[in-house]
Amino acid sequence: MSNEKGMSLIVKTVTRLTFGLIIIYGIYIVLRGHISPGGGFAGGVIITLSFILLMLAFGKDNVLKKLNQSRCLTFSSLGALIFLFIATAGFINKQKAVGGKEHFAIFGAGLIPLCDIAVSVMVGTGLFLMFFALVLLVEEKEGK
Amino acid sequence: MLLFFITIPLCAAFLISLFNRKIKNLSDFIANLATFILFLFSLSSIKLISLYKIIVYRLGGWMPPMGICLVGDGLASFMLVTVNLISFLVMIYSISYMDRYTDKWKFHALFMLMLAGMNGVILSGDLFSLYLFLEMASISAYVLVAFGTEPEDLEASFKYAIMGSIASIFILLGIGLLYSYTSTLNMADISSGLLNKPKGLLVGFVAVLFLAGFGLKSALVPFHTWLPDAHSSAPSPVSAILSGIFIKTLGIYALARIFFNILGISDKILFLFMVLGVLSMVVGALLAMAQNDIKRMLAYSSISQIGYIVFALGIGTPLALLGGLLHLFNHAVFKSLLFLNAGAIEYSTGSRKLSDLGGLNSKLPITGGTSFIGSMSIAGIPPLGGFWSKLIIIIAAVQTGHIGFAFVAVLVSIITLVYYLKFQSFVFFGKLNQAYIKVREVPLVMKLAMVFLAGISIFSGLLLTPPFKDFLQSATGILLSGTAYGQAIFGAIK
Repeated sequence: MSNEKGMSLIVKTVTRLTFGLIIIYGIYIVLRGHISPGGGFAGGVIITLSFILLMLAFGKDNVLKKLNQSRCLTFSSLGALIFLFIATAGFINKQKAVGGKEHFAIFGAGLIPLCDIAVSVMVGTGLFLMFFALVLLVEEKEGK
Repeated sequence: MLLFFITIPLCAAFLISLFNRKIKNLSDFIANLATFILFLFSLSSIKLISLYKIIVYRLGGWMPPMGICLVGDGLASFMLVTVNLISFLVMIYSISYMDRYTDKWKFHALFMLMLAGMNGVILSGDLFSLYLFLEMASISAYVLVAFGTEPEDLEASFKYAIMGSIASIFILLGIGLLYSYTSTLNMADISSGLLNKPKGLLVGFVAVLFLAGFGLKSALVPFHTWLPDAHSSAPSPVSAILSGIFIKTLGIYALARIFFNILGISDKILFLFMVLGVLSMVVGALLAMAQNDIKRMLAYSSISQIGYIVFALGIGTPLALLGGLLHLFNHAVFKSLLFLNAGAIEYSTGSRKLSDLGGLNSKLPITGGTSFIGSMSIAGIPPLGGFWSKLIIIIAAVQTGHIGFAFVAVLVSIITLVYYLKFQSFVFFGKLNQAYIKVREVPLVMKLAMVFLAGISIFSGLLLTPPFKDFLQSATGILLSGTAYGQAIFGAIK
C-alpha cells in the first residue's frame, strides 16, 4: 500500500471493488428517473455516497485532490442554473418540454431527463459540500 | 410575467455563486441589476393589475385545483412594489457597506434567494408552495443574521432559527389539517370549499395554528422575543430588509391573505387581532424606550409599529384597512431608512451605543438629516408620511367605537416621539465626543440610498391622492372581498 491513511486493507479492497458499481447504479437511477422510481435527487445522493465511501476508506486527502470545495460549489451552482434554464425553456414550449411520441421510452419525456441530470449534479455536489463542511469543522476544533 | 419575480432572483443567486471567484465585483453588478429589473417589473405589475384585476399564471398549463398557479391581484401587486422598491434601494446601499465583510458574494447570493422566497410568498396561489417559499426565505434569513460570525450573531441566529422552525411547524400542521378537511391545497379552492362546509372546531383550531405560526414570523407581542436579537446583530442592510419587508411579507401579508381571503374573517378573530395589535404597540414602545443600542431600539420600535398594522387589520373597516396598508408601506420605507442610518453611523464611528455618540450632525450631515426625517415620520409628525397612516387608523378606530384603543394608539405615538427624540438628541445633537473628531461622511452610494428613502417617506402621504389612490384601494378591495376571493380567481381563469 503506497498510502498509509484510511482504513484497513479489507475495507480498501472492498471499496475499490464496489466504488464503480455504486457510481454506475447512481447514474442508472438518474437516467431512468423519468420512467421508473428514482430520479435526480436520489441518484445524485447515491453518486455522492460513493465519494463519501471513498473518503472514509482512503482518507480525505485523496478525494479532495479530485473534488475540492470550490469545484463542488461551481458544479452545484451550475447544476441549479441549468435546471432553472431548462425549466424556463419548458414554459416557452410546453409540448416539447414534457411530450414525446412513445410512452415509457428512454427518450420519450422531452426535457425531463436533462432536468434529472442537472438536479443530480446540484444535489450530489451540495450534499458533498455539507459533508465536507462537517469534516472541516471537526478538524478545526481539533486544531485549536 | 409573474414568473419573472421568482426566476430572476434565483438566476441571479446561482450566477453569483458560479462566477464569484472569476471576476471581482461581479456579484455587486448582478445583484443590483436583478433588483433594478425586479423593481421595474413590479411597477409594471400595477398597470397590468389595474387592467385585468386578477392575473392567474398556470404553471405548466395545468388547471388550478389540480396544478400550481401564481396569482397576482391588487394586494400582491402592492406588496411586490413595496418589497422590490426597498430591496432595490438596500442593494444600492450595500455596495459600499458590505465591503467590511469578507465573502461579499455570499451575502448577495443569499439576499437573492431571500428575495425569491419573499416574491414567491406574495405570488403563490396554493398553500403548500407558500410554505416552501416561506421556508426558502426564512432559511436564507437565518444565515444572513449570522453573517458577522461573532458569538452574539451566532446566538441570535440560532435563537431565530429555533423560533422560526417552531413557527414553520405550526404553519405546516395547519396546512396539513386544512388539506385533510378540504382535500385541496389551492387557496381559491379551499376558500370556496370552506363556504359549503360547516365551520367546526377544526377550522378554529387551524386558525389558531396559523395565528401562532404567522404571529411568530411577524413578531407580534407574545411571540416577539427573537426579533430584537436577530435584527440588531445582522448587518445593517439585512436588518433593514428583515425589519422593513421580511416580517411584513411572511407575517402580515400571509396572515391577512389567509384570514381574510381563505378562512373567512369573524368578529372573534378581528377582536383577537385588535388585542394583539394593541399589546404589541404598547410593549414594543415601552421596551424601545429603555434601550441603549440604536439597532435594538429600532427593532423594538418595529414590534410597536407592526402592532399598529395588525390593529388596523383588526378594526376591519375599509378605512382602517386602507390606513393599515399605507402604514405597512410607510413603515417599510422609514424603518429601512432608520436601519440604514444606524448602519451609516456604525460605518463611520464604529459604535452604535446611544451613550457614546453625540453631536454627529456637524460630521454626518446627510445621515443626520435623513434620520431626522425618518424619526419624525415614524413618530407621526405632519405632513410626513407616517402621520397620515396613523391618523387614518385612529380615525377608523374612533368611528367603530373603540375609543379606548384609539386613545392607546395616540399615547403610543407620543411614546414613539419620545424615544426617537432621545435617539436624535443623543446621536446627532449636543456635544461632539472627542473620539469622533475625525469622523467622515459615508460613501456616495450609501448617501444616495438614504436620500431616496427619505424622499419617499416625505411624500408617501401622496399615496392617498387621486393618481395613486387606485393602487391602494385595489389592495384594500382584495381584503374586503373576503372569501369571494375564491370565486374571483376561478372567474379569472375561465
